[in-house]
Amino acid sequence: MTGATVEHTGVEDLESFRARARTWAIENLPVAVDNAQSRADTEDHIKQVAKARATQRLVFDGGFAGLRYPKEYGGQGLARDHQLAWREATSDRDIGCLSHFRVTHGIMGPTLLEFGSEEQRQRHIPAMLCGDELWVQFLSESSAGSDLASLLTRAQRSSDVYVLNGSKIWSTFAQVSDYALVLARTNLDVPKHSGLSMFILPIRTEGVTLRTIQLATGSAEFCEEFFDDVQIPVTDIVGQENDGWNVVMRLFFHERNTVGGNSLNDQDAAGVGESALSTEEQLISLARSVGNFKDTHTRQLIGEALVLDRLADYTILRVNTLMKSGAMPESGASILKLMRSMSKYRFKEIALEVGGTQVMFGGPEDEIGGHGHRWLVARVGTIAGGSNEMQRNAISERVLGLPRDSSPDTLIPFRDVLAQRKR
Amino acid sequence: MNPELTEEQELLKATSRMFLEDSLSLDALRHRPVNDAALRRDFWSRAAGLGWTSMFVPDDLNDALSDQPVRDLAIVAEEAGRCLESGGLLECNVVAYALVNAGGRELKGRLLPGLCDGSITASWAFAEGIDGWWKSDVQTRATVQGDVYVLNGRKSTVVNAMSADYFLITALVGDELAQFILPRDAEGVTITKLEALDLSRDFGDLSLHNVHVARSFRVGAPGESTDRAVDRQWLLAITLQCAQMAGMLERVFNLTIDYAQDRYAFGRPIASYQALKHRLADHKVWVEAALGLSTGLTEAFADGTSNLQELACVAKAHVGDRSVEVISDCAQIFGGISMTWEHDLHLFLRRATVDRVLYGSPIQLRERICELVGLR
Repeated sequence: MTGATVEHTGVEDLESFRARARTWAIENLPVAVDNAQSRADTEDHIKQVAKARATQRLVFDGGFAGLRYPKEYGGQGLARDHQLAWREATSDRDIGCLSHFRVTHGIMGPTLLEFGSEEQRQRHIPAMLCGDELWVQFLSESSAGSDLASLLTRAQRSSDVYVLNGSKIWSTFAQVSDYALVLARTNLDVPKHSGLSMFILPIRTEGVTLRTIQLATGSAEFCEEFFDDVQIPVTDIVGQENDGWNVVMRLFFHERNTVGGNSLNDQDAAGVGESALSTEEQLISLARSVGNFKDTHTRQLIGEALVLDRLADYTILRVNTLMKSGAMPESGASILKLMRSMSKYRFKEIALEVGGTQVMFGGPEDEIGGHGHRWLVARVGTIAGGSNEMQRNAISERVLGLPRDSSPDTLIPFRDVLAQRKR
Repeated sequence: MNPELTEEQELLKATSRMFLEDSLSLDALRHRPVNDAALRRDFWSRAAGLGWTSMFVPDDLNDALSDQPVRDLAIVAEEAGRCLESGGLLECNVVAYALVNAGGRELKGRLLPGLCDGSITASWAFAEGIDGWWKSDVQTRATVQGDVYVLNGRKSTVVNAMSADYFLITALVGDELAQFILPRDAEGVTITKLEALDLSRDFGDLSLHNVHVARSFRVGAPGESTDRAVDRQWLLAITLQCAQMAGMLERVFNLTIDYAQDRYAFGRPIASYQALKHRLADHKVWVEAALGLSTGLTEAFADGTSNLQELACVAKAHVGDRSVEVISDCAQIFGGISMTWEHDLHLFLRRATVDRVLYGSPIQLRERICELVGLR
């Protein structure tokens, strides 16, 4: 690890922190109400993001933002145990909206801490922590998802700027965000992994066209972006030119940690932001509403969901401990990502089963019918952030040490790869 | 909750593994299925010599006290599970635990030294009927007659019933649960051997017909509730069972990983085929979850946390189902050889299949979880 995790000796004692956090939370944060995320791209949703920014500002001013971020960048320089204490202290408070900062604080901040220049860190990390800057990742393209290194967006150096052309897809909530980390090709004449670079891009820049994507359910949390001669100052490159693959690999590590519940994002408690209700409460309330909670088959399914829900914390603790001690490589984070993706998918299947016919009817906001709508996009979780198949590759090859699959395109210049593609 | 082992615990793990690998061979298990009493006695007295049955026992009776008994014992259990240990590590400790907590002075003096040095083995006769692993299934009755208790009833699926010297019997006195220690040769005790799928332990049903038990052999004072003690025994049994099963599961999984890398087909190791790699990756998730749950449950038992009941059900439901599922798929990956008597895989599959339901099946535990979260 680099300076991303700062665990000073002589940090505030956990019990005193816990008491201070609890007192502050009661005095400053309203009690949680039903704050299930509203459908994206609506007036409500814009309000939610505004609320998230205001709440983040409040937490920042209270001295509780970025608990594990270094103090010199506006964080608190504390440890993971303090994060857990914070989550406990705020578990009954209305801060579900802060899930909008999950990517910013859990993935983008840590990546910038690791690879950003001192100037970049000073400029952006405090702004992320105080709620001023929401960040997204511009990585996937319509022809490059799992095989990200085959992306086509170009960044060509022209005196003191890079000129960006191409497009990106699947950026989450880009329409309400401020900055992106964008991965683009800076050299065509080397193999695909060796010619990429990472850049900081203000989303509302001349030449950037943003479009929201309507999902199967009609909601629109994902966006796509088109770049026409977008100018990026050379000072906004993150890390070295052509070292972008290294940067994005670490970004993915932070992403898996975020999903696995062990990132620098203080709100990473499992399920935060998904719904105000836990898996247990959702399924039990569904079974009660539908009226089949005494049915033995239904009870078996709910029992199964609860087992999957409960085992997560213990698996996270074990895998994190093994990774920390070096007994397991960092790719062990894929175990946690795959576990959560499989479990969450299974919860949605189970909800469908428990809900029966009644799940088929009613709008997305309907207490019972909503499960049907969530089912339609249940696969988002097993695809986004690295598909289950990519996690399985990582686990089998990098954790278990099984032979790698051979790829015909990793050693030849990317220009030749493109030339060989069938039309 | 800390899954990291201390230096002493690492040492305990390493010495346990060394001892088990030296003393128990799976091959012996295959060729002398469980019945070689002399061999088992010898193994068990050496195991007890390492303190395996002394961890709960306080200093004045024995000097091998552990200051973290369940944590240490779970480490040994995980190793014992890897080697299909057959001495009744779990059962002897459940009985020792019950005696230490509620046994009278005389009874303790009679049994504990022998349990600690391995000259006495014991088992818990709890279940009744078919799959009756709950307190509410207990129908065996004890009535007072003069200065003895008279026991009548049937106990099923008793581990090491054919070899244990003493049984801890959970019975009813009036409407209250009570527990008694019974020597195997007491008059009126009939033990029926069960032809078990598992070759590493023996099993039997107990029939108790007007069996006389001295008052001093009651574990727990009359009028004192035994309800909580039985709960704790069950939780200890599940905790050690999960540790054993998780240890076994990890071993079979690792053996399969090794095999898949050594075995070639069509010019490459079968471990290079994505169809197998992806399955093994999925299994890895559930193996790590099993080990994580086992650690979490051990910690919860040691600390007496409020979610202990639920966690025991969760852990056993997961470890029970996934052990059988993963070991069965490991058999698929090993191919035809795993179906043979000479291959070790069936020995593990046998034990996992039995442990899956012993002390409560995943189906029963999922139902219990629903009750615990208030779904009624």
